[in-house]
Amino acid sequence: MRENDGVTSDGPLVLGIETSCDETGVGIVRGHTLLADAIASSVDEHARFGGVVPEVASRAHLEAMVPTIERACTTAGIALHDVDAIAVTSGPGLAGALLVGVAAAKSLALSLSKPLYGVNHLAAHVAVDQLEHGPLPEPCLALLVSGGHSSLLRVTDVTTSIEPMGATIDDAAGEAFDKVARLLGLPFPGGPHIDRTARSGSSVAIDFPRGLTGRRDLERHRFDFSFSGLKTAVARWVEARERSGEPVPVADVAASFQEAVCDVLVRKALDAASSEGIEDLLIGGGVAANSRLRAMAEERASALGIRVRVPRPGLCTDNGAMVAALGSSIVSRGRPPSSYDLPADSSLPVTSVLAG
Amino acid sequence: MPAADASLGRVLLAFDTSSPTVTVAVSDGADVLVELTSAETLRHGEQLTPLIDRALRQVGITPRDLTAIAVGVGPGPFTGLRVGLVSARTMAHVLEIPVYGVCSLDVLAVEAVDTGSVSGPFVVASDARRREVYLATYDEAGLRVSGPDVLRPADVATDQPVVGEGAALYPDSFPDGRPPLRPGAGWLARCVAEERAELRDPDPLYLRRPDAEIPRAPKPVS
Ligand SMILES: [Zn+2]
Repeated sequence: MRENDGVTSDGPLVLGIETSCDETGVGIVRGHTLLADAIASSVDEHARFGGVVPEVASRAHLEAMVPTIERACTTAGIALHDVDAIAVTSGPGLAGALLVGVAAAKSLALSLSKPLYGVNHLAAHVAVDQLEHGPLPEPCLALLVSGGHSSLLRVTDVTTSIEPMGATIDDAAGEAFDKVARLLGLPFPGGPHIDRTARSGSSVAIDFPRGLTGRRDLERHRFDFSFSGLKTAVARWVEARERSGEPVPVADVAASFQEAVCDVLVRKALDAASSEGIEDLLIGGGVAANSRLRAMAEERASALGIRVRVPRPGLCTDNGAMVAALGSSIVSRGRPPSSYDLPADSSLPVTSVLAG
Repeated sequence: MPAADASLGRVLLAFDTSSPTVTVAVSDGADVLVELTSAETLRHGEQLTPLIDRALRQVGITPRDLTAIAVGVGPGPFTGLRVGLVSARTMAHVLEIPVYGVCSLDVLAVEAVDTGSVSGPFVVASDARRREVYLATYDEAGLRVSGPDVLRPADVATDQPVVGEGAALYPDSFPDGRPPLRPGAGWLARCVAEERAELRDPDPLYLRRPDAEIPRAPKPVS
């Protein structure tokens, strides 16, 4: 059965709420058409702490929630009463932050007498691509990379069947970007600054290590990632330079570090796709906005006959539209709604697309 | 159970999540029609909406019959407190009805006065964790004189009557403990319906800054 395509579809009108980290996102979709993607970010409040402070994020979610819902409705040109269903990220993420979104979603569902769907954040990162490129090829392989996650997923049905193939065993890829950016005196969040700085540097200037790519590591961790060794290697290299009194070539360090991260991500993602005979690779999460990652993935995938789908950067970072997009697929496929005692689950496994 | 008649004017939904217990009530402005208390402590996020749903069904009304919402704004543990506040704000927004906040210690004070638990001036103290209490002082009519503040019990030890969980937790500092222990939503509804307490915006009374350390400045590199 073919679903409505992403451009002219109608379908359920779904409002999605996302509060798993520091963005308060409220998105509205009809079918797979994006109507609104309102976001309030507390990133500036976290910048001086060098990372997201959970209590600061939770407080910001409470203040932003109703205004962001209002803004989304205005942009979409709908009244809340028109909505067919409410979807919300119920995990994984920061427990206190998730709870604000879940409580708001329940209140909407109850007040509007509309069904509630508690959904998995990672699955939503996959589902969002439908808003841009139409129905998902299923099965597909998803590489999700952000400050909070680095996962390789086999997606058979985005509403029911997602299996983890690999994940980071230490830092998330985005976390490595943040830490290296700090080391180089670049602002938080590090990803966009490293990307920009790297453009004027050489990616082959320094040969940084590629974590978990040695023969022995590949036996146990073929599709897993490790970025903490890389981060340490960058720190040592920079310290050695400083000790010797030489200037640190910031652009070269950024470019070489970025190359090492992207190389491992792309290599393992394509290896996973090939090993499963999957011809579509989807990249999502904040790090998917990295220009080198996109270019490298497209170049190497085309050599293997694998198609690459990457949503535009605004849809890759955390947002409410992705939650609404997944909610819409769930409604269209007739999955049962969640109950009002739906918990926020900070460690919800990706195998649970739809929470109870 | 009498069915509330929305056409008569007022149907107030009240809830408080500032204590370990979730409490929900519906009032018609004169009487509390139903008051429900969570079976378990904590897990506010899981218990609040089902309790509201049950309370409305027991009275035989739908959310659209509500004319106002009352919410306890704390002080209390932040995570649970926010569940109540975001729920109150969101419901009020959808239903286009006003939402009134009340300091949760004031709710305890009004109940203590009206039930005769206290007669002169008194103190309300609730559990602020970390060996501290949230504390406010009241006159004999139950009007707040000072506070709320977050304080160490030993620093504010008193022989005055002390209402709330603080006295039960710190009897050395507060030997004259009096009921009630935790705020009840029926009393919260009365506070709003009868304007017995200061009506505030539905903003949380955190009284503490977030725990967060500013890391040392990054080493500049050339
Ligand atoms: Zn994410």
